[in-house]
Amino acid sequence: MKKLFTLGLTAAMVASLTACGSGSGTADTTAAAGGETSAAGAEAPAAGGEAAEGETFKIGVIGPLTGPAAAYGIAVQNGADLAVKEINAAGGVNGFMLESNAQDDEHDAQKSVNAYNTLKDWGAQVIVGSTTSDPCIAVAAESSNDNMFQITPSGSAVECVAPDNVFRVCFADPDQGTASAVYIGEHKLATKVAVIYDSSTTYSSGIREAFVKEAGNQGLEIVADEAFTADNATDFSVQLDKAKEAGAELVFLPVYYQEASVILKQASDKDFAPIFFGCDGMDGILTVKNFDTSLAEGLMLLTPFSTTEESSKAFTEAYVAAYGIEPNQFAADSYDAVYAIRAAIEKSGVAVDADYSTVCEAFKTAMTEISIDGLTGAGMTWNAAGEPDKAPKAVKIVNGVYEMQ
Amino acid sequence: MMKVKKNKILIQNGITYAMVIAFWAVIQILSAGGHVSSLMKGLLVPLCIYGILAVSLNLTVGILGELSLGHAGFMCVGAFTGAFITRCMEASIPSVGARFFLALVVGSAMAGVFGILIGIPVLRLKGDYLAIVTLAFGEIIKNLINVMFIGRDSRGFHFSIKDSLSLGLEEGGEVIVKGAQGITGTPRAATFTIGVLLLLLTLVIVLNLINSRTGRAIMAIRDNRIAAESIGINITKYKLMAFSISAALAGMAGVLYAHSLATLAATSANFGYNKSIMILVFVVLGGLGNIRGSVIAAIILTALPELLRGLNDYRMLIYAIVLIVMMLFNSSPKAIEMRTVFMEKVRHKKSESAAKEA
Amino acid sequence: MSFLSYLISGISLGSIYAIIALGYTMVYGIARMLNFAHGDIIMVGGFAIFTVVSTLGMAPLLGIVTAAAVCTILGVTIEFVAYRPLRGASSLAVLITAIGVSYLLQNLALLIFGSNARQFTSVVTMPGLKLAEGRLSISGETIVTILVCIVIMAGLTAFINKTRIGQAMLAVSEDRGAAALMGINVNRTIAITFAIGSALAAVAGALLCSTYPSLTPYTGSMPGIKAFVAAVFGGIGSIPGALLGGVILGVVENLSKAYISSQLSDAIVFSLLIVILLVRPTGILGKKINEKV
Repeated sequence: MKKLFTLGLTAAMVASLTACGSGSGTADTTAAAGGETSAAGAEAPAAGGEAAEGETFKIGVIGPLTGPAAAYGIAVQNGADLAVKEINAAGGVNGFMLESNAQDDEHDAQKSVNAYNTLKDWGAQVIVGSTTSDPCIAVAAESSNDNMFQITPSGSAVECVAPDNVFRVCFADPDQGTASAVYIGEHKLATKVAVIYDSSTTYSSGIREAFVKEAGNQGLEIVADEAFTADNATDFSVQLDKAKEAGAELVFLPVYYQEASVILKQASDKDFAPIFFGCDGMDGILTVKNFDTSLAEGLMLLTPFSTTEESSKAFTEAYVAAYGIEPNQFAADSYDAVYAIRAAIEKSGVAVDADYSTVCEAFKTAMTEISIDGLTGAGMTWNAAGEPDKAPKAVKIVNGVYEMQ
Repeated sequence: MMKVKKNKILIQNGITYAMVIAFWAVIQILSAGGHVSSLMKGLLVPLCIYGILAVSLNLTVGILGELSLGHAGFMCVGAFTGAFITRCMEASIPSVGARFFLALVVGSAMAGVFGILIGIPVLRLKGDYLAIVTLAFGEIIKNLINVMFIGRDSRGFHFSIKDSLSLGLEEGGEVIVKGAQGITGTPRAATFTIGVLLLLLTLVIVLNLINSRTGRAIMAIRDNRIAAESIGINITKYKLMAFSISAALAGMAGVLYAHSLATLAATSANFGYNKSIMILVFVVLGGLGNIRGSVIAAIILTALPELLRGLNDYRMLIYAIVLIVMMLFNSSPKAIEMRTVFMEKVRHKKSESAAKEA
Repeated sequence: MSFLSYLISGISLGSIYAIIALGYTMVYGIARMLNFAHGDIIMVGGFAIFTVVSTLGMAPLLGIVTAAAVCTILGVTIEFVAYRPLRGASSLAVLITAIGVSYLLQNLALLIFGSNARQFTSVVTMPGLKLAEGRLSISGETIVTILVCIVIMAGLTAFINKTRIGQAMLAVSEDRGAAALMGINVNRTIAITFAIGSALAAVAGALLCSTYPSLTPYTGSMPGIKAFVAAVFGGIGSIPGALLGGVILGVVENLSKAYISSQLSDAIVFSLLIVILLVRPTGILGKKINEKV
């Protein structure tokens, strides 16, 4: 009986091997089959189908679409999808259409490389991704090896943009930490500060480290410095108790909005009401389903994006109409990434059928020459190191909406 | 009689080696012709890694008969030791290949030492209790690595479990292990050929062990501990031996893993209990004690979710269903009975038709 | 005062672990299998309550009843479809199938409810207590959780010792073959065990999500594993053991977070488990198994 099974498995392996071996052909058909990935919608060239293959500029998107970090990856997928649809509806770029294909990496470095390779087989000419930092570092090493242009919407670790072919839309972690400390110090929001951070993510620990470093220069006293890990991201009672006991006037939360919503709820249960201060990961807190937004009253955050700003109204409406939920900063970042790609195509004038290496070479210079008015910053420009130049805005939540400070 | 049996074993092992070598050769030929997709190319090293992991876990679960849910923990030890060695020796050994080799040796040895350290107290436990303790061990390792910071400057190494600030590094010092962010910048030295060689090495070690006096002693312990003890087999020694070899091989796979990606972080996805369970799934589906089955199952089940990418959102759902159905088909007493009946019928028909022809 | 506060929230956390651990321990005691999908049934319970209470706007009590019903049906169905055909197969095969079921539930929930976290509205309406001039506050959820845990323990112990079905469960867990010979319907008894365990999971889901108000498709997996550890800790198969294990685990976890390191609390809990098992290889209240030659 064992033999039968082994035989079956071997047969399956051979089948899978040949499926793999047939290479890009397989990838193409699957991509076309996936509803969301087929580009452009109504505005796509009437020819559609196979004919579109030569005529679209292919953007690969990578992010966690399943698993605990899926909320971020799906936002990136949607943001890119929306931007592609809009650009195509407006007639495309340089006379051709864009097409995007999102692949799941489950927030795992190895799976992210697999996703990258799948996209390469599909014929991707540029990559928007990876969404999260560790996978992004792994993919950046591959893309720099292949010379494929990569722009990460939200890979914020310093190393993400180390290769010269990788750019990013979001801020680097240390910059956010320093900027937060400076803001708190300059505006004299508090002197006794507590930090609650997620020590198991690169994002959170990176911001926290820079914040703690800068805090001393700003005359801030860190009275409590408490960590949690991804495995314990629902119970913050101990951390909050400690901050409360230490008499913190301000709690700095360099964490994502999903955890922050729980922290705010538990703090209110404890009658602990300091000023809460977050970074760009905090944006989206008002979109958490069933979240009592009054808990977020007075919450301050440094973020490049807010849904209530005049410049992002149209985007927010279109996003809600298409996906049924409010966009967060991840969606905005990837939306901007696609627009940056459009600007780079216009600037460099690359052909629609250029191979990825040619595109990459052209984009490396084009990226430093473009300036876009994105959702996450007006007049965004990039330096050759891949870092964006934009200013974070401080917002405060008043009556359930963002108010610029 | 003895000789016949020995020949049979040799042939069976030969088939296993030949299969791996053939797989390698086919891929080489296909890729020379440009027929291998990027996805497949990217998957080749992971396939070897999971093959090694499955074979080594089979040694513990299938041959020794102890359920371990902490295999990813040993892999983690190997991966971090290996990556650390490679990053530390950058100045003293410029050749990447030599550093990789050193990392493989030290990483496997370290995982083996952990295997012994864990094994001595833990192997006294049985069945599900052993399983939960190994699971706990894997989680502890992951947790510890996530708070570990190691830096280096002109005064030597600095260690902290708080953050990289408290390392107190001098100007120009370098943080090598960065807590949750782990180790970045490890050279990607792992190639498919190295992977296959290591897989073959694993097979040689495990298959030879199984067919040796030691292996028979280990299997005797599995089949009847008391009987084995009564004929003078040193239970602790053989259990520890199998367990630590299994751990060392997992560590080797870990070093390979660390050198296949530019980043190494101890997350739940790569070194958590879920990963240990995934390796266990390979072993069980491939057949307990069936080394060749482990390799095949590891290859198919690693490739399966990737090949299902076209299904987008339904990918992991389908994977789960496939897993359940395969288990039911493969292990359910009723299904086994049905298959036996079916096979009998086929055999019967065959012999009938053969009789007719005659 | 802060010590008391940590201790009480630890006991509350432990009570939740204990209720989840009951599901593990009963199923293990009777069916000799590790039901790895148990944590995900908690998550299903959470979503059922969320749908009824927050989406449809019904009363919390109705939500809990619905969730208990949904989870019971789900638990029995899973047992019938995935585990029953494997009765008599190796325990490893059942373990892997349970893992498959766990993936299946998570990914189904992901497809149906999406990946965004939901904030769970507490089903507890009782106000919290303020003691020692407001320096020690105990939330309503904490009090209810501890009370519910005690009631469930007492109820379950009475059920097993006083009713015929409970006695049948005991008999099946002692010796399945002999129980069948005595005219006990083994399959039905195991199905009832799954039903009870799953209904308890729904209750645990309600309490878990009320105390730690975040609900995602992966909400159940970590508490599930911790509760499993608690069950082993107390001696798997033993109902008082589940209570003891759960509470010790919760308290140790919270105190080590408070006084040692919030990042290493899991490592400390797991190390303690290893130490306990080395001293008492079948858990604190586990039965000693005599080996037969």
